[in-house]
Amino acid sequence: MIPELGHFAVVLALLLAAAQGFFGIVGPQRGRVAWMNAAHSAAIGQWVFLSLAFGCLIYAFVQFDFSVRYVAGHSNSLLPTFYRVAASWGGHEGSLLFWALVLATWTAVLAAFSRAVPLAFKSRVIGVLGLVSIGFLTFMLFTSNPFARLVPAAVDGNDLNPLLQDPALAIHPPMLYVGYVGFAMAFAFACATLIEGRTDTLWAKWARPWTLVAWLFLGIGITLGSWWAYYELGWGGYWFWDPVENASFMPWLIGTALIHSLAVTEKRGLFKSWTLLLAISAFSLSLLGTFLVRSGVLVSVHAFATDPARGLYILAFLVAVIGGALALYTWRAPMMKSESGFELASREAFLLFNNALLVGATLLILLGTLYPLFLDALSLGKISVGPPYFNVAFMIPMVPLVLLMSIGMHSVWKRSRLGPVRNKLLVLLGVAVAAAVALMLFNYGEFHWMGLVGFTISIWLIASALVEPIAKWGQWRTLPAGFWGMVIAHLGVGMFTLGVTGVESYRIERDISMGVGETVTLQGYNFRFEGTRMVQGPNYEAIEADIAISREDGKVFTTLRPQKRFYASGGNPMTEAGIHVNYARDLFVALGEDLGQGRWSMRVQYKPLLRYIWLGALFMALGGLVAAADRRYRVRASAKDTVPAGAGEAAR
Amino acid sequence: MTPRRKRMLAVAAIVIGVGAATTVALQALNENLLYFYSPSQIMAGEAPGERSFRLGGLVTTGSVQRSPGSMEVRFTVTDHAQTIPVSYTGLLPDLFREGQGVVARGKLLDDGTFVAEEVLAKHDENYMPPEVAESLHQPPPAAGGAS
Amino acid sequence: MTRSLKSLVPAAIFVVLVGFLFVGLFRDPSKIPSPLVGKPAPDFTLEGLRDPSQVISNESLAGRMYLLNVWNSSCVTCRQEHPMLMQIARSSGLPIVGLNWKEVDWPEDPEVGRVRAIDWLTRFGDPYELVAYDKEGSVGINFGVYGTPETFLVSADGMILAKRVGAMTPEAWEQEFLPLIARGQGGS
Repeated sequence: MIPELGHFAVVLALLLAAAQGFFGIVGPQRGRVAWMNAAHSAAIGQWVFLSLAFGCLIYAFVQFDFSVRYVAGHSNSLLPTFYRVAASWGGHEGSLLFWALVLATWTAVLAAFSRAVPLAFKSRVIGVLGLVSIGFLTFMLFTSNPFARLVPAAVDGNDLNPLLQDPALAIHPPMLYVGYVGFAMAFAFACATLIEGRTDTLWAKWARPWTLVAWLFLGIGITLGSWWAYYELGWGGYWFWDPVENASFMPWLIGTALIHSLAVTEKRGLFKSWTLLLAISAFSLSLLGTFLVRSGVLVSVHAFATDPARGLYILAFLVAVIGGALALYTWRAPMMKSESGFELASREAFLLFNNALLVGATLLILLGTLYPLFLDALSLGKISVGPPYFNVAFMIPMVPLVLLMSIGMHSVWKRSRLGPVRNKLLVLLGVAVAAAVALMLFNYGEFHWMGLVGFTISIWLIASALVEPIAKWGQWRTLPAGFWGMVIAHLGVGMFTLGVTGVESYRIERDISMGVGETVTLQGYNFRFEGTRMVQGPNYEAIEADIAISREDGKVFTTLRPQKRFYASGGNPMTEAGIHVNYARDLFVALGEDLGQGRWSMRVQYKPLLRYIWLGALFMALGGLVAAADRRYRVRASAKDTVPAGAGEAAR
Repeated sequence: MTPRRKRMLAVAAIVIGVGAATTVALQALNENLLYFYSPSQIMAGEAPGERSFRLGGLVTTGSVQRSPGSMEVRFTVTDHAQTIPVSYTGLLPDLFREGQGVVARGKLLDDGTFVAEEVLAKHDENYMPPEVAESLHQPPPAAGGAS
Repeated sequence: MTRSLKSLVPAAIFVVLVGFLFVGLFRDPSKIPSPLVGKPAPDFTLEGLRDPSQVISNESLAGRMYLLNVWNSSCVTCRQEHPMLMQIARSSGLPIVGLNWKEVDWPEDPEVGRVRAIDWLTRFGDPYELVAYDKEGSVGINFGVYGTPETFLVSADGMILAKRVGAMTPEAWEQEFLPLIARGQGGS
C-alpha cells in the first residue's frame, strides 16, 4: 500500500505543478491576485506531496519492501540502514524523485518566506519553477517510476556495488542536486524578468542569495566526489576530466561567473542581458549534465541509467526549457540597456575579465567533452579527448584569472584607482616570487617554470586577500558579511591553486614490484614492504600489506595497511589504499597483485600539498555561505524589494 | 597616451591574448585526440603506427600471462574476429578480468604487439544495455593521471 | 550587428547543439551488430546445472529449433524477463536452453553458485528444457555475450537466426522472433 500511496502523491504533485505553472504565469498577465495566491498554495502543496512520496520511498527501503522494483534493484537485506536510506536517491528513479523534491523545496521556501518580492513577480518565478517541475515529474512517471512493483516480489534485493557503499559518496549526489536545482532559482528569476519585461536590476538583488547557496552546495558536492575518487578508486588521482565530472564542473564555473556578474548588475546596472544569459546558461548546463549522464550519449563510470528513450525525453525537455528561455531572451534582451560606463581598471572591468575567463574555461571544457560526440555524429571516427587537453585548456584561462583576482579585489567601482594598495601589492608580488623560488629550491629541490607561475600567483593571491582584513582588523565587526565572504572564497582559490601547483609539479608516482623486506624511496620517504596477511572484515575478506614508512633517520613513524578486498557478495576485488596525511603532503600506497615468488605489484605515490585542493574548495563554499548570510539580505527582509531570510533557510 | 589610445591598446592586447590562448588550446586538443580501433580494424591496417590510440575489446580467456615476480603482463584482446597481443607494465585495474571488456591506450609496435601505457577495464555482471557495451568504445572512467 | 541580431546568437548556438545531441542519441553505433547472426552457433560442450554429469552440447538439440537464454541468478533484468520466458515455454512449444553464465566470480566456489542458481529456478519457476552451467564463462564469450540476459534463436540446422540483448519483451518476441520462427518451422 505504501508504495501506491507514494505513487499517488507524485501524481497529485504533478497536478499541483500544472496548476502552479498555469496560475503562476497567467495570473500576473491577467492581474488576478487570487490566481497568484493559488500558485503559491500549489507550490507548497506540491512540496507536501513530494515529501510524502519521498518518505514512502524511504519507508519502502527501511522495511525491505522488495516488491518494489527500485528497492529490489538497489538494496538487499544485509545492507545497513544508512545505505538503504541513501539508496533512495542512489539510483536513477530515486534520484529523479529527489531532484523533484529539492526543486519543490526551493520553490516552497520562496513561496512561504519571501514576502518581500512583489507578488506578481514572485508568482511568475513560481510559475516557471512549476513548469520545470512538470517536466521532471512526467519524466519520472512515464519513464522511470520509482514505485513500480516487481511481480512476483523478489525474495531479496540486489547488492549495492561495494564501491558505492561509502559515506562521502552517499551524500555526494544530494549536494550536487541541491546545487543543480538551485540554479533553477536563478533561471526562474531570469525568466520572470524577461516575461515581465523588467529593465531594472532589482531581480539581480533578489536572485543573489539563492544563487550563492546553490553554487556553494554544488561546490561541496564536486569536492566530495573528488575526494571519494581519490581514496576509493585506487588510482591516487583527484580529478579525471570524466564527462560526468565535467557535467557538474561546467555549471559550477558558469555559476561562479554568475555570482560575480549579478553583483555588477545589482550595484551598477551593467551587463544586464549578459547576466540574464548566464542565469539561463547555468541551469541549462545542469540539465545538459543530466542529459549526458542519463542518456548514455557519453558513457562513463557514473552513467548508471542509460536508455535512449529516456535520453529522447530529456532532450525534448531540454529543448522546451532552454529553448523557451532563449526565445524569451531573444525577444526581450534588446530592451536591456546599460546605465553607465566604466574605466579600464575599475571593478566592473575586472569582473568582466572574470566572466570572460570563466566562460572561456567552460567553453573549452565543453568542447573537449562534446567533441567526441560531434565527430561521431558526423561519422568522422570514434575518438576520445585525453585528460592532458583539459589540463592545458583549463590552465590557460585560470592563470590570468588568479593573477587578476589579486588586483581586482582591491579595485573600486567605476574608476581606475588602486591608491596606496598598489604599492603594497607590488611588494607582495616580489615577496611571492621570492617565496615561490625558495619553496621550490629548498623544499622540493627542483626548479619548474609552471611551479614558479603557480606558486607565485597562489601566494600572491593569499597575501593580497589578507591585506584588507589585516588593515581593518580592529573594526572587523563593521565590515559586511559580503566582504568576508569574498575574502574567504578568494583565499580558497589561492589554496586551491597552491595545491594543484604542488601536486602537478612535484608529485611522484611509481608502479613497482616489491618483495618482502624491500624498500623504495620517494622524496626522502622510505617505504618498506613488511609482508602480507589475510584479514576478515564484516562482509569481505582482504589481503593486507604492511608498509613501514620512515625518514632518513630510519625511524618508522607510520605503517600503512593497504588492502585488496574480496566481498562476500562476489564481484571484483576492491583496492583499499593506505594513505598518510600531514599538512605538507599525502603518502599513498595501493596494493596491486600477487606477482608470484613473494612479490607484489604496488602503486606508491608522494603527493605534495594535495589537501589544499579540497581545503581551498571548502573555503570557497564557506565564503559563499558567509556572503549569502549577509545582513542586507535579512535586514531588508521587511522592505518591499528584497529576498528575506528564505535564502538563509535554504542554506541550512 | 589618450584614454582612447589606451583603450585601443587594451583591446589589441586582449585580442592577441585570446588568439594565442585559443591556438594553444586547439593544438592541445589536436594532440590529445585518441582514436579508437578494434582488433579487426588494426589487422586491416587502419591504425597508425607511430601515434597513440586506444584499443578496445574483450580480454581473451586464458591469455593473461606474467613471468613470476615481474610487473610486465601479457594478454590478448579480441573482438571475436581478430586478436591483438598486448603488453603492459604496471598495476592492472580492479575490474580487469579475462573475458571482460578492456580499453588500452598505447602504441602498436612493428611486430604487431600493442604496448599499453594505460589499461582500463569495465564491466557489469548483469544486463548491459547496448550503450554500456558501447563503453568499450567510449571515454573510460578513471584514467591514470590526475588533472 | 544590431541588438536584436546579437540576442539571437545564444538561441542559434543552442539549436546547433541540440541537433548534434539528437543525432548522437540516434546514431546508436552502440547497437552491436552481432557478427554471429546468420552464422552457425559456436560449438560448446558443458555440464548440466542440476546434474554435473549431464553433457549438454550443440548436439543435444540437433534437428530442433530452440532458444538459448543466457542468465544468472544475480541479474535483476533476468528476473524481470522471467515471466515472459515462462510464458514462451508454455505457449510456443519451442525448447529453451538456459545457459547459466557468470554465476560466480572468483574467488567464490562454483558449487555455491550452482546451489544458488538451482534455488533461483525453484523459486521463480523453470522454463528450460536443459540448463547448461558455464563455469568458465568461455561459452558465453564464444557467443559474443556482453551481459545477461541475452537470448538467441537457433535454427534446426544450428544457425543463429536472431539475438536479443536485454530482457525479452512481448514486443520483441512478437515482432522479431515469431516471424522467424514461423518461417523456420514452415520451411522445415
